[in-house]
Amino acid sequence: MRTAVVVFPGVNCEHDVVQVIRSLGGEADLVWHRVTDLSDFDGVILPGGFAHGDALRTGAIARFSPVMGEIERLAGSGAPVLGICNGWQVLCESGLLPGAHIANRDLSFICDFVEVEVVDTGTILTRSAQPGQVLRVPLNSYEGNWVDPSGEGRVVMRYVDDPNGSQNRAAAVANGPGNVVGIMPHPERASDSLLGSTDGLVLMESFLHSLVAA
Amino acid sequence: MTTLSEPLHRRLGMTDSEYDSVVGILGREPRDAELAMYSVMWSEHCSYKSSRAHLGRFPTEAPWVVVGPGENAGVVDIGDGWLAALRIESHNHPSFVEPYQGAGTGVGGILRDVFTMGARPIALWDQIRFGPLTEPKNRYLFKGVVSGIAGYGNAVGVPTVGGEVEFDDCYTGNPLVNVMCLGILRRDQLVLGTAGAPGSVAVLLGKATGRDGIGGASVLASASFDDQSAQLRPSVQVGDPFEEKKLIEACLEMYDRGLVVGVQDLGAAGLSCAVSEPAGRAGVGMNVDLGSVHTRETGMTAAELLMSESQERMMAFVAPDRVDEVLAVAEKWEIDASVVGRVVEGDRLTIRHDDELVAEVPAASLADDAPIYDRPAARPGWLDEIQAGACHDSDLAVADTLLALLADPAVASSAWVHTQYDHMLFLNTVVGPGSDASLIRVQGTRKGLAVSTDGNGRLCYLDPRIGSARLVYEAALNVAITGARPLAVVDNLNFGNPEKPEVMWQFKESVEGLSTACEALGIPVVGGNVSFYNETDDVDIHPTPVVGLLGLADPMPADPPRLGRAGDGMEIWEVGPPATSNMAGSSAQRLSGELVGLPTAPDPEAATRVVELAARLAHVAPVLHDVSDGGAAVAITEICIASGVGATVRSEQPFNEDPHRFLVVAHPGSLDLPAGLGRLIGMMGGEDIVINDDAIPLTRCRQIWAGSLEHALAG
Repeated sequence: MRTAVVVFPGVNCEHDVVQVIRSLGGEADLVWHRVTDLSDFDGVILPGGFAHGDALRTGAIARFSPVMGEIERLAGSGAPVLGICNGWQVLCESGLLPGAHIANRDLSFICDFVEVEVVDTGTILTRSAQPGQVLRVPLNSYEGNWVDPSGEGRVVMRYVDDPNGSQNRAAAVANGPGNVVGIMPHPERASDSLLGSTDGLVLMESFLHSLVAA
Repeated sequence: MTTLSEPLHRRLGMTDSEYDSVVGILGREPRDAELAMYSVMWSEHCSYKSSRAHLGRFPTEAPWVVVGPGENAGVVDIGDGWLAALRIESHNHPSFVEPYQGAGTGVGGILRDVFTMGARPIALWDQIRFGPLTEPKNRYLFKGVVSGIAGYGNAVGVPTVGGEVEFDDCYTGNPLVNVMCLGILRRDQLVLGTAGAPGSVAVLLGKATGRDGIGGASVLASASFDDQSAQLRPSVQVGDPFEEKKLIEACLEMYDRGLVVGVQDLGAAGLSCAVSEPAGRAGVGMNVDLGSVHTRETGMTAAELLMSESQERMMAFVAPDRVDEVLAVAEKWEIDASVVGRVVEGDRLTIRHDDELVAEVPAASLADDAPIYDRPAARPGWLDEIQAGACHDSDLAVADTLLALLADPAVASSAWVHTQYDHMLFLNTVVGPGSDASLIRVQGTRKGLAVSTDGNGRLCYLDPRIGSARLVYEAALNVAITGARPLAVVDNLNFGNPEKPEVMWQFKESVEGLSTACEALGIPVVGGNVSFYNETDDVDIHPTPVVGLLGLADPMPADPPRLGRAGDGMEIWEVGPPATSNMAGSSAQRLSGELVGLPTAPDPEAATRVVELAARLAHVAPVLHDVSDGGAAVAITEICIASGVGATVRSEQPFNEDPHRFLVVAHPGSLDLPAGLGRLIGMMGGEDIVINDDAIPLTRCRQIWAGSLEHALAG
């Protein structure tokens, strides 16, 4: 069971994600954005960062990267696809998740721990969590304010206190089947008590368990 | 401002005698492009011509020093095959002229200094100083600088894990924006700024060269400001963190695969520096063709190509049989690359622009033959009167003074700043911003690297030697509080106009103070930066050296002390020399609008003792906290706010900031303090902060402390 951690130029959380997956006993490899064959992989994570420098707008160029065709194929096959922070923005731009992201309500970058409540445990990110479970996970974004005029977004987690203006206080959103999820806070940054929280582990474990089940 | 009727060398910021030196070296009149190169390489910013005579005073040697001052960054051995690279730089003048780009390109530049050594940059610290936020212009500069640091640092993907924020009238016309970077590398990955042997090929990597930043080093960074300074905006470079991120990854891959013999970043003085310094260091010559440089503008002259300070560029020196591999790595990471030169025997730097010979100079002369000025120094006449001023105040009203200090943006929470910086990337930040020092773990080892950056212009104004020494001791104590032992120092010396004897005296005294403190602690200075001409309209800033001190915790404490780990019923101890009534240079004195007196001199013996004790206690005590800005009263309040519990203490001098003191909070009976070094001053508990019978609700303290910076920014 291998996870592809996709590296667009400008992404910067790829090593952190690989490290946490391996610490949980999972297998993960970095995959350059020009790769066009992901048949050796059972799931995909798009890590945080600034893909293509966020030129034009977040995710707008990454959606045209050669690797995206394979990610769409895997998403369509029901494989777990997780976008963290900038990765969620890429999934929105590519149409795999509804809505888009705009600048935070207060027009400031926010790097801080936030509390999020799990409201839907039927997804690849939350299947090991409890409904109503509150997790302390770091947020790290400028364009974290999710808007969804369609109203189709399946909210998976909500901020306890709204930090950025996100619609429905959404901190994570899934597609209908629940195998494609975008999350704005960084679960990989809440994976070690020495760094302040281990609350992200249940989310990373959910993802890894989903690989086994797929 | 200069005019076109003046000779070219004066327009480039050179004196007549410097011009004569160039003629002496070449044995003829220089060509325009040659003059351009000498003007940037011999600028104050690049050549340290006013400071070099004094920088030799610094202790620079220790068994763990791998690379000392003179390279792009200092490198020290941290054991088990690991090295740490560190460097500090200023971007004061660009940040005043254009705060967002000035601060952002400062971050970009310091990163290149560190990854030039073969290291992956793992953390940044920013030390920023402005005039009071009551002035709209200062609010604009402050917000612009913070968002510039965030915009570049976050996007380039290196966490900003700490720093300093200070406000004082003296920085109104000249803010200070310093930035420090730490990198780590395996010993066998060390790369130096050498051109290698004859036959090596020079490959220019990264962003295309344009006309931006021409004269940045010579005109902008090496002169004073006046009301014409806004015209200098075109001299500020524009940053592109995305290009830098790709450049970092491409260079690290080249190092990893052993593809380069040497690397030099293109910073101040651009291409002039990147070809002459590595050739000079290697004792070789080089043939360079400017026509091969990839540019983003047409019609650039040779002088413009040589002086441009376009950002995000590196020069790699490569053995001929590895050039194709280097170009392939560049292509993979989607950065531009061009072969621009070849190393040759001899000492000549020969530069052609297409078919025209534009420069032929001894390579080493650009770096090594810069003039050295031993400028006159004189103790300021006003200093005696200032130092004799009344500074002893043992009768401050506790509650009023404490609340006023908590409302001072320089003392209050800096969360408004550091929550805009990504300070968690790489999963290494064990102790982050808002603490005495940051603690960064080295993965795969038991080690932690601690860094504290400290400056204090007020203390250094009153006595530059005492003030500068105290900075080193404060930084050493701060890293000890995380469990680390001091290892090495980098310093950023921000001063006024060195052509004034008073400023030169301040500079020499400061160097002396820094040096004696480092000697007492047994630690070397492994690099630094000098920023002169921090004056506007003839008014100089306070002398403001900034110290960045690296400590090594090996092993790192299993559960390092944190301000938030205090609990009900724990004891509060004060450790170190007792406080006095001397308020000279303190935050409490600033509340009165005064700056007078002679600050308490440091005590090297006490300093080494408390540093050793703190480093030991860090393995057992839940909370250690340095007593600095605002004295013990503010230190206790910060512990209470972070821990969510009140305290009751007695302190005869709660606002005194004399050096070498720290607080320990721990369960009764759990500490083993040497006799006479610690005093029990109170207990944690309750919902108030009670100091000498003055009680203030903790919630009120927290509200003021947490909101004062944002409140001040609202204007």
